[in-house]
Amino acid sequence: MAEPMGFYTDTTVCIGCKACEVACKEWNQLPAENGGIRELSGESYDNTRRLDGIHWRHVKFVEQFPEDRSAGRWLMMSDVCKHCVKAGCLEVCPTNAIIRTEFDTVVIQSDVCNGCRDCIAACPFGVIDINPASGTAQKCTLCYDRLQAGMEPACSKACPTDSIQFGTIRELRQRAEQRVQQLHAQGEARAYLYGADEGMLGGLNSFYLLIDKSEVYGLPTNPQLPTRQLFPSSILSTLGALVLGLFGFVSLRKHRMEEIAAKRREDAGEGMGER
Amino acid sequence: MSDTFFTAPPEWRWLVIGYFFVGGIAGGSYVIAALLDLFGAPRDRPLARLGYYAALIGAVVSAILLTVDLTRPLRFWHMLIQSESGWPMFKWWSPISVGSWGITLLGLFAFVSSLGAVTEEGWLHWAPAGKLRRGGLSTAVAVIGMVVGFFVAGYTGVLLSVTNRPIWADTNWLGLAFLSSGISTAAAALILLGLARGGAATATTHWLARLDSGALVLELLALIAVVISLGVVASVWWSAWGALLVVGVGLLGILVPLALHIRPRLLGHVSVPVAAALVLVGGLLLRVIVVLSSEGV
Repeated sequence: MAEPMGFYTDTTVCIGCKACEVACKEWNQLPAENGGIRELSGESYDNTRRLDGIHWRHVKFVEQFPEDRSAGRWLMMSDVCKHCVKAGCLEVCPTNAIIRTEFDTVVIQSDVCNGCRDCIAACPFGVIDINPASGTAQKCTLCYDRLQAGMEPACSKACPTDSIQFGTIRELRQRAEQRVQQLHAQGEARAYLYGADEGMLGGLNSFYLLIDKSEVYGLPTNPQLPTRQLFPSSILSTLGALVLGLFGFVSLRKHRMEEIAAKRREDAGEGMGER
Repeated sequence: MSDTFFTAPPEWRWLVIGYFFVGGIAGGSYVIAALLDLFGAPRDRPLARLGYYAALIGAVVSAILLTVDLTRPLRFWHMLIQSESGWPMFKWWSPISVGSWGITLLGLFAFVSSLGAVTEEGWLHWAPAGKLRRGGLSTAVAVIGMVVGFFVAGYTGVLLSVTNRPIWADTNWLGLAFLSSGISTAAAALILLGLARGGAATATTHWLARLDSGALVLELLALIAVVISLGVVASVWWSAWGALLVVGVGLLGILVPLALHIRPRLLGHVSVPVAAALVLVGGLLLRVIVVLSSEGV
């Protein structure tokens, strides 16, 4: 396998231009929603709203202004599939449509997927959705086709501020660490990396530099694999089956004993009657 | 806020709810039929046969519901056979993968057992099928089929928990709740089917009601465990869903039928069928609430 590759997104230099969204839609030929007629969401400058089947990049605008809007800021972040090293979607997929590529990215093979939607329920970040054009689950592929041609993904190429950086995970982590140190030295003590170490789902191959709590960005604090529930749930269900099976057996034996006893009484009664 | 609130809903709605209900009855029916077959009296035979037929029809209907729910229905077989290599597709850690095989096997076992049943009824005159009615083969089929039946009745709750969705992934007790509900709704369905066919309540009907009571008690305990284990996430049910859960499932679907089983004189000779009907409504409502209350988050 080639070295793991992915994204490091420095949200502190994102200007919210959405070039990444446009580049992604253009490269992947994703259709416009509603024929291009969009209703404004009323959520700051975000009219994409969320990642879905035809939006594989989504720039979030988190407004942090006081009531009088005298001072404040936007937190802008280009959301995307995290390409988790331990991917919940890959775990539960019953058709093996979801695979791990030679670049350590997670890709959904659209010709295998049958649309059961378990991956949608399993993803801790709410990334996946059905693309109505294909009827299959689709998400960021980390431009697998471009990587195989030795090119970088469309979004990172289009990003004008290098907020989205593409490279080997090893190198990206080094760069990200240096940036965090730089920000701390400049007085931004809240800067930290989200998903840059093995602690979160084995590491996210699309990790972020954030400057506020993860929930503020709409990201889970401690995302987990769906199979953490598998053994406890299965064991409880199995115990239930044993209890009910045993109850069924015991009550059925009692039911048979009652039938035999009743029959004996009936025979004895007939015998008496005959006399 | 639980991390499960940062996820997206899979849009599992009425077809999946319908499958959870029918699949639970199908699995439960096979379990009951097998119990009667293995340990019951000769007069229990008619309801055992009915149970096998119900399991077969339920398995087929389940497969149809699930296939139609897929967004690429013609690719349903991708869950059983790897589409690229042609080898069998099986991931023991993926509930949907194991479940697809479970439903397939339930259908197969129900078909085999139904073959034996129709032979016994005299509708089929085929000597080999006679082996399915008595002896080692029939015992093996009933025992293994019972395990498959239990699995199909309960795995759907586990399936919901092996996700990251609110409520579903916030508790480990859904599998047990669905399993006990599956057995109880199957018993109720067989009571009603038996009455519809035979007319009067028989001793077998009374045993089914007793089994139903046991399953209902376990279901109630499991539901209490679900609510407690949800912790702060249970606040999602501080709503119309929760009211429906308490009244529709807890009261009408569990406590009232239990009361009717214990005191049949409450409604006279309609106590048994009314209790069975309430159990079925409660079982359906349970699945509606569990699925749709999470979908709404």
